[in-house]
Amino acid sequence: MAEVSERITISGRGKMFRKGFVAGSPIIFGYIPIALTYGVLAYQSGLTLFELTFMSAAVFAGAAQFLGVSMVAAGVSAVEIIIAVFVLNFRHFVMSLSFVNQMKAHAKKRKLPLTLFLTDETFAISSIHKKEAKEPHAFWFYGGVMMAAYSAWVLGSLAGGLLGNVMPKALSDSMGIALYAMFIGLLVPSLKTSIAVGGIAGAAMIINSTAQWAGLTAGWSIVIGTILGGLLGVFLLPDEEEEEE
Amino acid sequence: MILWMILGMSVVTLVPRFAPVFIMDRLELPPWGRRWLAAIPYAALGALIIPGIFTVIDGKPWAGMAGGAAAVLAAWLRAPIMVTVLIAIITVLLISHL
Repeated sequence: MAEVSERITISGRGKMFRKGFVAGSPIIFGYIPIALTYGVLAYQSGLTLFELTFMSAAVFAGAAQFLGVSMVAAGVSAVEIIIAVFVLNFRHFVMSLSFVNQMKAHAKKRKLPLTLFLTDETFAISSIHKKEAKEPHAFWFYGGVMMAAYSAWVLGSLAGGLLGNVMPKALSDSMGIALYAMFIGLLVPSLKTSIAVGGIAGAAMIINSTAQWAGLTAGWSIVIGTILGGLLGVFLLPDEEEEEE
Repeated sequence: MILWMILGMSVVTLVPRFAPVFIMDRLELPPWGRRWLAAIPYAALGALIIPGIFTVIDGKPWAGMAGGAAAVLAAWLRAPIMVTVLIAIITVLLISHL
Protein backbone atom coordinates (compact mmCIF):
# COMPACT_ATOMS: atom_id res chain seq x y z
CA MET A 1 0.00 0.00 0.00
CA ALA A 2 2.76 2.37 1.00
CA GLU A 3 4.56 1.43 -2.19
CA VAL A 4 1.54 2.26 -4.30
CA SER A 5 1.02 5.68 -2.77
CA GLU A 6 4.73 6.35 -3.16
CA ARG A 7 4.47 5.65 -6.86
CA ILE A 8 1.44 7.89 -7.17
CA THR A 9 3.34 10.70 -5.47
CA ILE A 10 6.28 10.35 -7.80
CA SER A 11 4.15 10.29 -10.93
CA GLY A 12 2.28 13.31 -9.52
CA ARG A 13 5.57 15.16 -9.34
CA GLY A 14 6.59 14.12 -12.83
CA LYS A 15 3.22 15.12 -14.20
CA MET A 16 3.38 18.52 -12.52
CA PHE A 17 6.92 19.03 -13.78
CA ARG A 18 5.84 18.25 -17.33
CA LYS A 19 2.82 20.56 -17.00
CA GLY A 20 5.12 23.31 -15.80
CA PHE A 21 7.57 22.68 -18.61
CA VAL A 22 4.75 22.98 -21.16
CA ALA A 23 3.46 26.16 -19.50
CA GLY A 24 6.99 27.57 -19.66
CA SER A 25 7.68 26.49 -23.24
CA PRO A 26 6.73 29.85 -24.86
CA ILE A 27 9.78 31.23 -23.01
CA ILE A 28 12.00 28.82 -24.97
CA PHE A 29 10.87 30.49 -28.19
CA GLY A 30 11.65 33.89 -26.82
CA TYR A 31 14.97 32.98 -25.24
CA ILE A 32 16.63 31.02 -28.07
CA PRO A 33 17.27 33.94 -30.45
CA ILE A 34 18.34 36.21 -27.58
CA ALA A 35 20.64 33.53 -26.14
CA LEU A 36 22.23 32.92 -29.56
CA THR A 37 22.84 36.65 -30.00
CA TYR A 38 24.26 36.87 -26.49
CA GLY A 39 26.60 33.95 -27.19
CA VAL A 40 27.89 35.57 -30.37
CA LEU A 41 28.35 38.99 -28.72
CA ALA A 42 30.04 37.54 -25.64
CA TYR A 43 32.44 35.53 -27.77
CA GLN A 44 33.28 38.62 -29.83
CA SER A 45 33.84 40.55 -26.58
CA GLY A 46 36.61 38.11 -25.73
CA LEU A 47 34.89 35.71 -23.33
CA THR A 48 35.76 32.05 -23.74
CA LEU A 49 33.05 29.47 -24.44
CA PHE A 50 33.29 28.34 -20.82
CA GLU A 51 33.04 31.89 -19.46
CA LEU A 52 30.05 32.89 -21.53
CA THR A 53 28.15 29.68 -20.75
CA PHE A 54 29.09 29.91 -17.08
CA MET A 55 27.74 33.48 -17.00
CA SER A 56 24.39 32.25 -18.36
CA ALA A 57 24.28 29.44 -15.81
CA ALA A 58 25.34 31.57 -12.82
CA VAL A 59 23.53 34.84 -13.58
CA PHE A 60 20.54 33.77 -15.74
CA ALA A 61 19.47 37.31 -16.62
CA GLY A 62 19.39 38.29 -20.28
CA ALA A 63 19.54 42.08 -20.24
CA ALA A 64 22.16 42.11 -17.47
CA GLN A 65 24.41 39.72 -19.39
CA PHE A 66 24.19 41.84 -22.55
CA LEU A 67 25.09 44.86 -20.46
CA GLY A 68 27.94 42.93 -18.81
CA VAL A 69 29.59 41.73 -22.00
CA SER A 70 29.20 45.07 -23.80
CA MET A 71 30.84 46.77 -20.80
CA VAL A 72 33.65 44.19 -20.87
CA ALA A 73 34.16 45.00 -24.54
CA ALA A 74 34.24 48.73 -23.69
CA GLY A 75 36.87 48.12 -20.99
CA VAL A 76 34.69 49.16 -18.03
CA SER A 77 35.88 48.00 -14.59
CA ALA A 78 34.39 44.88 -12.99
CA VAL A 79 33.07 46.83 -9.98
CA GLU A 80 31.12 49.23 -12.20
CA ILE A 81 29.72 46.31 -14.19
CA ILE A 82 28.59 44.53 -11.02
CA ILE A 83 26.84 47.68 -9.71
CA ALA A 84 25.08 48.18 -13.05
CA VAL A 85 23.92 44.54 -13.01
CA PHE A 86 22.60 44.92 -9.47
CA VAL A 87 20.52 47.97 -10.46
CA LEU A 88 19.21 46.31 -13.61
CA ASN A 89 18.17 43.10 -11.81
CA PHE A 90 16.74 44.70 -8.68
CA ARG A 91 13.24 44.38 -10.17
CA HIS A 92 13.46 40.65 -9.48
CA PHE A 93 13.44 41.50 -5.77
CA VAL A 94 9.97 43.02 -6.12
CA MET A 95 8.81 40.09 -8.25
CA SER A 96 10.21 37.62 -5.73
CA LEU A 97 8.27 39.29 -2.87
CA SER A 98 5.10 38.64 -4.86
CA PHE A 99 6.10 35.08 -5.81
CA VAL A 100 7.04 34.16 -2.23
CA ASN A 101 3.68 35.51 -1.05
CA GLN A 102 1.96 33.34 -3.65
CA MET A 103 3.93 30.32 -2.34
CA LYS A 104 3.45 31.13 1.34
CA ALA A 105 1.96 27.70 2.14
CA HIS A 106 5.16 25.96 1.05
CA ALA A 107 8.38 25.19 2.93
CA LYS A 108 11.36 27.50 2.70
CA LYS A 109 13.51 24.75 1.20
CA ARG A 110 11.01 24.55 -1.67
CA LYS A 111 10.64 28.29 -2.24
CA LEU A 112 14.30 29.20 -2.04
CA PRO A 113 15.58 27.20 -5.02
CA LEU A 114 12.69 28.43 -7.17
CA THR A 115 13.39 32.10 -6.43
CA LEU A 116 16.95 31.70 -7.77
CA PHE A 117 15.45 31.15 -11.23
CA LEU A 118 13.12 34.17 -11.21
CA THR A 119 13.42 36.23 -14.38
CA ASP A 120 10.86 38.59 -15.89
CA GLU A 121 9.59 35.70 -17.97
CA THR A 122 9.55 32.87 -15.41
CA PHE A 123 7.89 35.25 -12.94
CA ALA A 124 5.27 36.28 -15.50
CA ILE A 125 4.32 32.66 -16.28
CA SER A 126 4.45 31.53 -12.64
CA SER A 127 2.42 34.42 -11.26
CA ILE A 128 -0.35 34.05 -13.83
CA HIS A 129 -0.52 30.31 -12.99
CA LYS A 130 -1.30 31.08 -9.35
CA LYS A 131 -3.83 28.23 -8.94
CA GLU A 132 -0.97 25.71 -9.06
CA ALA A 133 0.50 27.25 -5.87
CA LYS A 134 -2.35 25.59 -3.97
CA GLU A 135 -1.30 22.12 -5.12
CA PRO A 136 0.99 20.01 -2.91
CA HIS A 137 3.39 19.52 -5.84
CA ALA A 138 3.52 23.23 -6.72
CA PHE A 139 7.32 23.06 -6.44
CA TRP A 140 7.49 20.66 -9.38
CA PHE A 141 5.17 22.73 -11.54
CA TYR A 142 7.12 25.95 -11.06
CA GLY A 143 10.34 23.96 -11.29
CA GLY A 144 9.19 22.81 -14.73
CA VAL A 145 8.50 26.40 -15.84
CA MET A 146 11.93 27.47 -14.67
CA MET A 147 13.85 24.55 -16.14
CA ALA A 148 12.24 25.16 -19.55
CA ALA A 149 13.56 28.72 -19.45
CA TYR A 150 16.92 27.89 -17.87
CA SER A 151 17.82 25.08 -20.24
CA ALA A 152 16.91 27.19 -23.29
CA TRP A 153 18.99 30.09 -21.97
CA VAL A 154 22.13 28.14 -21.04
CA LEU A 155 22.14 25.83 -24.08
CA GLY A 156 21.24 28.71 -26.41
CA SER A 157 24.17 30.77 -25.08
CA LEU A 158 26.56 27.89 -25.60
CA ALA A 159 25.22 27.33 -29.12
CA GLY A 160 25.64 31.02 -29.94
CA GLY A 161 29.26 31.01 -28.82
CA LEU A 162 29.95 27.72 -30.56
CA LEU A 163 28.18 28.16 -33.88
CA GLY A 164 27.94 31.94 -34.27
CA ASN A 165 24.61 33.41 -35.19
CA VAL A 166 23.02 30.61 -37.21
CA MET A 167 19.66 32.31 -37.42
CA PRO A 168 18.90 34.62 -40.35
CA LYS A 169 18.99 38.21 -39.04
CA ALA A 170 15.48 39.03 -40.28
CA LEU A 171 14.09 36.08 -38.33
CA SER A 172 15.99 36.69 -35.08
CA ASP A 173 15.06 40.42 -35.21
CA SER A 174 11.40 39.58 -35.68
CA MET A 175 11.57 37.01 -32.90
CA GLY A 176 12.36 39.94 -30.61
CA ILE A 177 8.58 40.38 -30.35
CA ALA A 178 8.18 36.85 -28.89
CA LEU A 179 8.56 37.71 -25.20
CA TYR A 180 6.38 40.82 -25.54
CA ALA A 181 3.71 38.71 -27.23
CA MET A 182 3.99 36.23 -24.38
CA PHE A 183 3.52 39.00 -21.81
CA ILE A 184 0.49 40.21 -23.75
CA GLY A 185 -0.85 36.65 -23.96
CA LEU A 186 -0.56 36.41 -20.17
CA LEU A 187 -2.07 39.82 -19.45
CA VAL A 188 -5.07 39.89 -21.80
CA PRO A 189 -7.08 36.99 -20.30
CA SER A 190 -6.84 38.58 -16.81
CA LEU A 191 -7.74 41.93 -18.32
CA LYS A 192 -10.91 40.50 -19.82
CA THR A 193 -12.20 39.40 -16.42
CA SER A 194 -11.13 42.41 -14.36
CA ILE A 195 -11.03 46.12 -15.18
CA ALA A 196 -8.77 46.55 -12.13
CA VAL A 197 -6.05 44.54 -13.90
CA GLY A 198 -6.19 46.94 -16.84
CA GLY A 199 -5.89 49.92 -14.51
CA ILE A 200 -2.89 48.44 -12.70
CA ALA A 201 -1.05 47.42 -15.89
CA GLY A 202 -1.90 50.72 -17.62
CA ALA A 203 -0.62 52.75 -14.68
CA ALA A 204 2.63 50.75 -14.67
CA MET A 205 3.05 51.34 -18.44
CA ILE A 206 2.59 55.10 -18.03
CA ILE A 207 4.85 55.37 -14.97
CA ASN A 208 7.62 53.27 -16.56
CA SER A 209 7.48 55.25 -19.83
CA THR A 210 7.48 58.58 -17.98
CA ALA A 211 10.42 57.57 -15.82
CA GLN A 212 12.49 56.42 -18.81
CA TRP A 213 11.55 59.56 -20.73
CA ALA A 214 12.69 61.63 -17.74
CA GLY A 215 16.10 59.96 -18.03
CA LEU A 216 16.02 57.17 -15.43
CA THR A 217 17.61 53.86 -16.42
CA ALA A 218 15.31 51.11 -17.67
CA GLY A 219 16.13 49.09 -14.54
CA TRP A 220 14.91 51.68 -12.04
CA SER A 221 11.98 52.72 -14.24
CA ILE A 222 10.62 49.17 -14.32
CA VAL A 223 11.03 48.87 -10.54
CA ILE A 224 9.19 52.15 -9.92
CA GLY A 225 6.47 51.34 -12.47
CA THR A 226 5.92 47.91 -10.93
CA ILE A 227 5.82 49.14 -7.31
CA LEU A 228 3.60 52.17 -7.94
CA GLY A 229 1.37 50.41 -10.47
CA GLY A 230 0.97 47.59 -7.96
CA LEU A 231 -0.05 50.08 -5.26
CA LEU A 232 -3.21 50.75 -7.26
CA GLY A 233 -4.08 47.13 -6.51
CA VAL A 234 -4.41 48.01 -2.82
CA PHE A 235 -7.51 50.01 -3.75
CA LEU A 236 -8.75 48.05 -6.76
CA LEU A 237 -8.22 44.37 -5.97
CA PRO A 238 -10.46 42.27 -3.73
CA ASP A 239 -8.94 40.52 -0.71
CA GLU A 240 -7.32 37.20 -1.48
CA GLU A 241 -9.92 35.20 0.44
CA GLU A 242 -12.78 36.68 -1.57
CA GLU A 243 -10.85 36.15 -4.77
CA GLU A 244 -10.58 32.43 -4.15
CA GLU A 245 -14.33 31.91 -4.00
CA MET B 1 39.47 38.11 -13.63
CA ILE B 2 36.42 37.58 -15.84
CA LEU B 3 35.38 34.64 -13.64
CA TRP B 4 35.44 36.84 -10.52
CA MET B 5 33.35 39.42 -12.33
CA ILE B 6 30.83 36.72 -13.29
CA LEU B 7 30.66 35.52 -9.69
CA GLY B 8 30.05 39.12 -8.56
CA MET B 9 27.28 39.49 -11.14
CA SER B 10 25.81 36.22 -9.90
CA VAL B 11 25.80 37.31 -6.25
CA VAL B 12 24.17 40.71 -6.88
CA THR B 13 21.53 39.00 -9.05
CA LEU B 14 20.78 35.99 -6.84
CA VAL B 15 20.70 37.71 -3.42
CA PRO B 16 17.77 40.03 -4.33
CA ARG B 17 16.02 37.00 -5.86
CA PHE B 18 16.10 34.85 -2.73
CA ALA B 19 16.13 37.53 0.01
CA PRO B 20 12.29 37.77 0.01
CA VAL B 21 12.08 34.14 1.22
CA PHE B 22 13.61 35.29 4.52
CA ILE B 23 11.96 38.72 4.61
CA MET B 24 8.43 37.38 4.09
CA ASP B 25 9.11 34.73 6.72
CA ARG B 26 9.44 37.40 9.41
CA LEU B 27 6.76 39.71 8.11
CA GLU B 28 3.07 39.34 8.89
CA LEU B 29 1.57 41.41 6.10
CA PRO B 30 -1.68 43.33 6.55
CA PRO B 31 -4.42 42.62 3.95
CA TRP B 32 -3.50 45.75 1.96
CA GLY B 33 0.09 44.47 1.73
CA ARG B 34 -1.11 41.20 0.29
CA ARG B 35 -3.33 43.02 -2.20
CA TRP B 36 -0.30 45.04 -3.25
CA LEU B 37 1.76 41.88 -3.81
CA ALA B 38 -1.14 40.28 -5.68
CA ALA B 39 -1.17 43.27 -8.05
CA ILE B 40 2.59 43.11 -8.74
CA PRO B 41 2.29 40.55 -11.60
CA TYR B 42 -0.09 42.78 -13.57
CA ALA B 43 1.98 45.90 -12.91
CA ALA B 44 5.16 44.05 -13.90
CA LEU B 45 3.56 42.81 -17.13
CA GLY B 46 2.51 46.37 -17.99
CA ALA B 47 5.96 47.79 -17.28
CA LEU B 48 7.65 44.99 -19.23
CA ILE B 49 5.49 45.53 -22.33
CA ILE B 50 5.58 49.33 -22.62
CA PRO B 51 7.73 51.10 -23.71
CA GLY B 52 10.02 48.14 -24.56
CA ILE B 53 7.79 46.81 -27.33
CA PHE B 54 8.42 49.95 -29.43
CA THR B 55 12.11 49.06 -29.73
CA VAL B 56 11.74 45.48 -31.03
CA ILE B 57 13.02 46.61 -34.44
CA ASP B 58 15.45 49.53 -34.17
CA GLY B 59 14.01 52.71 -35.63
CA LYS B 60 10.71 51.04 -36.56
CA PRO B 61 8.41 51.45 -33.55
CA TRP B 62 5.39 50.60 -35.69
CA ALA B 63 6.72 47.07 -36.27
CA GLY B 64 6.58 46.36 -32.54
CA MET B 65 3.19 48.07 -32.29
CA ALA B 66 1.78 45.93 -35.11
CA GLY B 67 3.14 42.76 -33.49
CA GLY B 68 1.67 43.86 -30.17
CA ALA B 69 -1.72 44.61 -31.71
CA ALA B 70 -1.73 41.18 -33.39
CA ALA B 71 -0.88 39.58 -30.04
CA VAL B 72 -3.67 41.46 -28.24
CA LEU B 73 -6.16 40.35 -30.88
CA ALA B 74 -5.01 36.72 -30.78
CA ALA B 75 -5.05 36.63 -26.97
CA TRP B 76 -8.46 38.30 -26.91
CA LEU B 77 -9.77 35.50 -29.14
CA ARG B 78 -8.38 33.00 -26.60
CA ALA B 79 -5.49 31.73 -28.70
CA PRO B 80 -3.00 29.66 -26.69
CA ILE B 81 0.10 31.68 -25.75
CA MET B 82 2.30 29.76 -28.18
CA VAL B 83 -0.06 30.67 -31.06
CA THR B 84 -0.16 34.31 -29.91
CA VAL B 85 3.64 34.37 -29.97
CA LEU B 86 3.83 32.84 -33.47
CA ILE B 87 1.25 35.26 -34.88
CA ALA B 88 3.18 38.21 -33.44
CA ILE B 89 6.49 36.97 -34.90
CA ILE B 90 4.97 36.52 -38.37
CA THR B 91 3.35 39.97 -38.19
CA VAL B 92 6.66 41.67 -37.32
CA LEU B 93 8.51 39.66 -39.95
CA LEU B 94 6.04 40.82 -42.63
CA ILE B 95 5.74 44.44 -41.46
CA SER B 96 9.44 45.11 -41.02
CA HIS B 97 10.46 43.60 -44.35
CA LEU B 98 7.79 44.95 -46.65
